[in-house]
This record gives sequence, structure tokens and C-alpha cells, in this order.
Amino acid sequence: MATLYRVKRWLADGAHFGIVAAFTIFAAFPFYWMLITTFKRTTDLMNRTHNPFLFHEPPTLEHLRVLFYDTLYGRWLANTALVGVLVVVITLVLAVPAGYALARLTGRWGEQLGIGIFLTYLVPPTLLFIPLSRVVVGLGLQDSLWSLVLVYPSFTVPFSTWLLMGFFKAIPSDLEDAAMIDGYSRLGAFAKIVMPISIAGILTVVIFSFTLVMQEFVYALTFISPVSQYTVSVGVPTFLVHGDVYFWGSLMAGCFIASVPIAVVYNFFVDRFIAGFTVGAVK
Amino acid sequence: MVGGAGRLHRNGWRMATVEARDIRKSFGTVRAVDGVDLSTKEGEFLVLLGSSGCGKTTLLRMIAGLEKPTSGDVLIGGQVVNDLPPRARKIAMVFQSYALYPHMTVFKNIAFPLKAQGMRADAVRQRVEWAAALFGIELLLHRKPRQLSGGERQRVALARAVVREPAVFLLDEPLSNLDAKLRASARDELQQFQRRIGTTTIYVTHDQVEAMGLGDRIAVMQHGRVRQIGTPMEVYDEPADTFVAAFLGSPPMNLIEGKDCLVGFRPEHFLPKEAFPMTEAASVPFRVTRLEYLGADRLLYGVLERPFPEQKVIAKLPSTVTTSIRQGETHEFVVKEKDLKFFDRDTGSRSAPRPLSTQFA
Repeated sequence: MATLYRVKRWLADGAHFGIVAAFTIFAAFPFYWMLITTFKRTTDLMNRTHNPFLFHEPPTLEHLRVLFYDTLYGRWLANTALVGVLVVVITLVLAVPAGYALARLTGRWGEQLGIGIFLTYLVPPTLLFIPLSRVVVGLGLQDSLWSLVLVYPSFTVPFSTWLLMGFFKAIPSDLEDAAMIDGYSRLGAFAKIVMPISIAGILTVVIFSFTLVMQEFVYALTFISPVSQYTVSVGVPTFLVHGDVYFWGSLMAGCFIASVPIAVVYNFFVDRFIAGFTVGAVK
Repeated sequence: MVGGAGRLHRNGWRMATVEARDIRKSFGTVRAVDGVDLSTKEGEFLVLLGSSGCGKTTLLRMIAGLEKPTSGDVLIGGQVVNDLPPRARKIAMVFQSYALYPHMTVFKNIAFPLKAQGMRADAVRQRVEWAAALFGIELLLHRKPRQLSGGERQRVALARAVVREPAVFLLDEPLSNLDAKLRASARDELQQFQRRIGTTTIYVTHDQVEAMGLGDRIAVMQHGRVRQIGTPMEVYDEPADTFVAAFLGSPPMNLIEGKDCLVGFRPEHFLPKEAFPMTEAASVPFRVTRLEYLGADRLLYGVLERPFPEQKVIAKLPSTVTTSIRQGETHEFVVKEKDLKFFDRDTGSRSAPRPLSTQFA
């Protein structure tokens, strides 16, 4: 009997390990593919007799040279980071007070208003970019990164407000009452108690907004023409695809460099994000 | 503990009375508190007692400044505090949920009100250690609230309330999250502690045993109004109306409909004549329909017989009364005349005693 159970446990452990390993490979494969393609010679990549997962010719830095010296990739990275940081700041400044107000101060209307705000997130940019381009031109912001700083919060703020509302609702109002009796104003109680407890939600909003900015394409493409004002998501496909010729090595290098920092940050805070998304999900 | 006791009574320990003047609070069309006049004495332990939804917590929150009264005044230490925020009212409050800050250690929780006052770090440490010693939680100072048991959390909440020496304590059902056994000992500790520091305390509960056991005075509330305020003995022995009479006591007071008033008597005053051959007592025939043996007591459920109306009443006999009584039997029971309470049939309020013969022919 004992042997039977031991075998069963080995099998269970093996299955467990197998599932985890499969998911790890699934998640890591895109990064491996981007990385190996970045350093592969184009002749090696295109030769169908070669095993695509291994190097058959010596690695090369040529694709990275093209990316950094023949395009304005460095500039695009800086542009993306600048827009991302500004949008994150604007989103926090607007969504934190709005989410708190909806969670606490408006009573029965709070929830319906919250849903209403969330619905605006569902209107796709492919519909909005035409009217918004008129607004951008009207403000004289065309061909400027400021047009993106202005427009991106239109989708980051509603979602973030809704997400933060769920977080703030989950904090018992007794805690704020206690802090107000213990010597703080409502604002003080918010800063000392509510903010530290909902740090997971705030981090989620930061990462979420930043990622959305990095991958946004429609607005960035339509509002901006000068190459020096491009973001990564527009610059890379525009300059590394000539007709039907794909500069795969440089394309993959561009994607890899842009995605690694986010992936690292994400993994660093992964536990908190899980808390973040589940709290939002079940209110 | 010894050093602590000295500090408790040092100069500067403020005491204050709390007064509510015709205070009201409406939420939409619901009148949660409907004209309450109440005032504590200095150092008093006042209990607000009522079932859920009677407005007792709303009243406490208005005194704390967490709710704004629709009308009326709150006075603390003789000063109208209507426009003062909670932090300026020199109060401390313990919540039913304890409301410990989950992201802070016990030490930081207790230090929180002191830090808010801008106290120096070494003074804070000294005071926190004193408050922790007062409640025997010195060893828990580095833990987070989620690592504490219910009883420990309650002590931390009390330590946080006492640490800045408030003029008034407000306690909102602080024992209701404890199990029954712990609740009894916590009740004892709470009372000893309050007697020792002598700070005016307002305590909200729905538990009549807590109210009777702890309160110097009890304010019995219903539908946003105070029905009666008095010492535990007063509200129990001389209830102002049928609500108070029926609310206090377990089982509640028996109320019999007479010709023009309601006659009330407590189950423990309703005794078999065989065992208590009293004079100056009303004699009542009682048919027992059901018995409950509860160890210390026997509860007899039954109905009255002629000349009394056939109404259900309960008798509570201590186990020291060994008179044999069986289901279905009718016995002659007695109630002392001074234990009979009379109430107005329409308003339910107390009315003058009158001979029973005028009520039941």
C-alpha cells in the first residue's frame, strides 16, 4: 500500500511540475524568440534547413547597429518614456480622487457613475481618433508629443478610476473614522491610511497605464508625422518594414528592449498585482 | 502597571461631561435619531442600550463628530462642539470592528494618535509602552493586527484609545466580536479599567447583560428616542413603559391586559403559593403547559385561569424552589403587590398602582 501511495505522489508531483514547466515555456518563449532573432544573421534566420531555435552561423550585432544608428530608436524610447510617465502622473492625479469619491462620498449614485465612467473606456480609439484629431488640431498640438499626453488619459483615467474604486470600497470606512478621531482630517486619513493600504491598486494603475501608452498605435500614428516625435510602437513598424521586406532582427531587438523593463517590474510586484486584479474583480 | 496608575491621575488628565440637546438625525425619510436629550455625569459609565436600528450607534457617531446632526447640539465639557471635527473633540473611540490599521504594527497603531499630535519619538515610545503595559500587550508590539487573536485586537484598540488620555471614551459594541467566555472576562477588565482611570465613558450595546453589568446608568433606546434613563436597578425594577419592561429581563416581563390598564410582573416574581405563602400578594391560578429545566432555574410556560384572561405568562423558579410542578397541572401562584407594575393601555407608559380586583372580575 505504502509503495502505491508513494508512486501516486510521484505522479502527482510530476504532473504538477509538468504543468508549471509548460506554462513557463509558454510565457518565456516570446522573449527567447526575440532574443535569438536579435543576434542571428539574416542568412541564418532565413535558411529553412536550419533549426530555428539554435545558432548555425556566429551571432551578430548588425541588427542592433541598424536599430540604433540607422533609425531614431533611442529617441523613440525616450519619447515613449516621457509620454508614459506624464500620462501615469495625470492618471493618478485624476483617478485617485475620483475613485475615492465614487467609493465613499456619493452614496447610491457612486456605483452607477462608476459603471458609466467604465463604459467610456469601451469606446474604441478607431472611432474616437477622427473627432479627437480635430480637437488636437484646434489646440495646435498636432505633430507634438503633447497631443498624446492629452489624449491617452481619455482611456487610462476611466479604467483606473473604476479599478481604484473597487480598492477603496474594500477598505472599511471604520479605518478612516478611527484616523479622523485619532487626529487627522479626512484628507490626512486618506493619505495616512487609505493610500498605504491600497498601494497594490495604485501600482496596478501605474503599470497598466504605462503599458497601454507603450502599445498604443492609432493615436500615435494619426496625430504625429515628424519622425523625431514618434513613439516606439509607431517608429519600429514604420522604419523596419519596407514594403514586404521585414528587418526581423532589428524588429525583434526593438520589441525586446522595450518589453524587458516592463516584464521585470511586473515580475517584481507580481503578488501585489494579483491582489490588485482580484480585488477589482469581485469588488 | 504600578507606575502607570500614578500617571493616570496626574495633572492634566482631562475629564468632561457629554451632553446631547434635542439632537436629531435623518437619513432621507428615516429618522435615525429623533430628539434625544442626554447628559452624562463626570466620570460616569453610561450605556446606550437598544436593539439594532434603534439609533444608538448614530447617536454615538454624532457625539464623536463622524455624523453631522440634522438639528440639535452636542456639548463636550460644557462647550458646543457641533462645528468641531472629530480630532478636535478630545475623544477616543473603540469600534466594533476595532478598526486597527492593518498595514501598521501594534506599536505604530498605538502610537498613531500621538504622532498625529506631533509628539517627539522618545515621548511616543514611553507612552506607547505605558498603554501596552496597562492592557498586558507589551509582547505584541511588533506584530501586525492580522497576527492577533480577537481578544488581543480588542486590547490593542483600547490601548490606542487610552494612549492620548482623552476626555471622553466612546465604545461601540467593543465586546461583540469576542466569544462568550472571553466576553465575560473582558467585561470585568473593562469595568475595572474605567473605574481606575475615571474617564467619562459612553458605551453602546444591544446586550442587556453587558448594559446591566457595566453601566452606572443605562439609556434604553427605541426608534431613535430614549425611552428611559436610569441606574440598572431603576430601569429593571421601575420600567418607565412597556417597551423597557419587555426589553429588559430574560424572559421579559409578563404583561396582562386588564380592564383599563396593563398589569406587568417579572417571571422571577411569579412564584408558587405552596412555597411562598405570602400576605399582601395577589393570588393567581396558573396552568403550566410546558417546562424547561435550565439547571440554575426552571422556566414554566403556561396560561392564567379565571378570573384572569387566558393569557400566556412565564414563571422563572430558581432551582432552590423544589415544589413539584408537572405539565398540565394548575397551581396557585402569587405575586407581591409591590412587584405588580401598571401601564397605560394606550400609551404604554407607567401609571398608578390600583387594586387587581378592579381589573379582573
